[in-house]
Amino acid sequence: MTINRPMRDEYDLAVIGAGPAGLAAASLAAQSGLLTLLLDENQGPGGQVWRAVTSTPVKETRLLGDDYWAGSKLVEEVRASGAEILQGATVWSLDRHLEIGISAGGGSQFIRAERVILATGALERPFPIPGWTLPGVMTAGAAQTALKSSGLIPDGKTVVAGQGPLFWLLTAQILRMGGRIDLVLDTTERRNYLRALPHAAAFLTSPYFRKGLAMMREVRSKVRVVSGVTRIAASGNGRLEEVAYEAGGRSVSVPADLLLLHQGVVPNVNLAMSAGVKHRWDDIQLCWSPVLDANGGTSVEGIAIAGDGAGIGGALAAVERGRIAARAAVEALRPQAGAKVPSMETFRAALAKAERGRIFLDVLFRPSKQFRIPGGDTIVCRCEEVTAQDILDSVAIGATGPNQLKAYRRTGMGPCQGRLCGLTVTELMAEARGKPPEEIGYYRLRAPVKPITLSELASLPKNESATKAVVRG
Amino acid sequence: MFKRFDDDTRKVVEIFVDGRPVMAREGDTVSAALFASGLDVRRKTAVSGAPRLPYCMMGVCFDCLVTIDGMGNRQGCLVPVHPGMQIEIQKGKREIGR
Repeated sequence: MTINRPMRDEYDLAVIGAGPAGLAAASLAAQSGLLTLLLDENQGPGGQVWRAVTSTPVKETRLLGDDYWAGSKLVEEVRASGAEILQGATVWSLDRHLEIGISAGGGSQFIRAERVILATGALERPFPIPGWTLPGVMTAGAAQTALKSSGLIPDGKTVVAGQGPLFWLLTAQILRMGGRIDLVLDTTERRNYLRALPHAAAFLTSPYFRKGLAMMREVRSKVRVVSGVTRIAASGNGRLEEVAYEAGGRSVSVPADLLLLHQGVVPNVNLAMSAGVKHRWDDIQLCWSPVLDANGGTSVEGIAIAGDGAGIGGALAAVERGRIAARAAVEALRPQAGAKVPSMETFRAALAKAERGRIFLDVLFRPSKQFRIPGGDTIVCRCEEVTAQDILDSVAIGATGPNQLKAYRRTGMGPCQGRLCGLTVTELMAEARGKPPEEIGYYRLRAPVKPITLSELASLPKNESATKAVVRG
Repeated sequence: MFKRFDDDTRKVVEIFVDGRPVMAREGDTVSAALFASGLDVRRKTAVSGAPRLPYCMMGVCFDCLVTIDGMGNRQGCLVPVHPGMQIEIQKGKREIGR
């Protein structure tokens, strides 16, 4: 049932994020009798892939595709499951005692759970090119969100640039709805096709294979696609006016009002890292991924991670990972209830099927270095407006990693808390210092992982020991 | 940059952007309504005063920061519109007391 504020202080299970993994996890856990709370930041369930699935003005199923509408089935399932569903709730704190700080409806409170499943999903990889902070430059995912939740379509001269499965999906969706796209700049490295070839056999049996090919064909039949793009720069006076690119050694400039960027997604690590969950550098997906056991369990007792936050696997894999993590919670808390739900083996087999061929996509769409590691006066940290050269200068005078860099340049200390610069900073410093990213490390993340007001903090219910800790006399 | 697609049948919700009436739709986030308004809704950053518009639309980038009903630094991409909502485009830092 959908609620306005948590109805209790303690739950068996709290699931954070109502995308594919979170919906599947909460549903299975609640059906098995666990007192389950599902927390989500958006106004409606679905996460990003099924964004606004219960409220979108785009009703004609063909436009957003069957994979989008598949989300409504899981939403119905969770609504009937008995789980408490709290939308518009920002989780700003999670610690190793499984205490969760929630801000909803203008107030904050803490709840506690026996188990926590993080299903906070992914975010788009930073795409730091010259001019990426200009009004008129945004992510392809942002345009897709505007399209799904409000039926907004690009109007002026529009360029889409980047690579990856989502890149082609979004372009196809915009075109189907009559939106304008003038040019597609494909940044897939040509040599990646050869590198990915050994993994092609597995991908041929992936559910994504035929859909992906059909989408690319659909886009190519409607819009000019330039492949092998090796450089992109946005420029303009106070807003985007021109996109310059290089392909096959040729430099071209085109006028543009809107530039949509996308080079894949990476796990959204902020909440997990702030709770102390151990992460490692993933050299294939080029991002930080949590260290997990077979059930999604993390280095922090009681916290599991499911969905793309566990490493990018896509929506189908996310659903199965959610079920696996939830089943593990059921087995731990109500072993006798586990008999009512399908076996772990069933879910593991479904997960293996959903993940088939993923390595092919990872290798083919591995973003090239020049789009990950910028130089010169290209902005790296959008919040504090710190350039690549600023960071290199700081390294030259002794900054060793992202946390020291904060003291030099405030990178990662703005409101986004490193979400849009963290990976770039790690890789840039790793390259400048000739060290692997694993050794350079990442920002030390702490609660609150989203900004909240002081008045919200001040109005939190306080117990006697908390008051004694700060009040004299 | 953006326009509404033709078959949007959602209810109209009147909001105000720097005092000017704007017709949003029920279920729009503030950022979506601002994009659809066609107005110049560029904010100015706190650090250098550079113009910005929303970048991610999913609560990550904070480039959608806006003053909503008198409260500064709200994430416009996460807040749904309501009738009579007063939106001010934020120029620079959040002001003290709002």
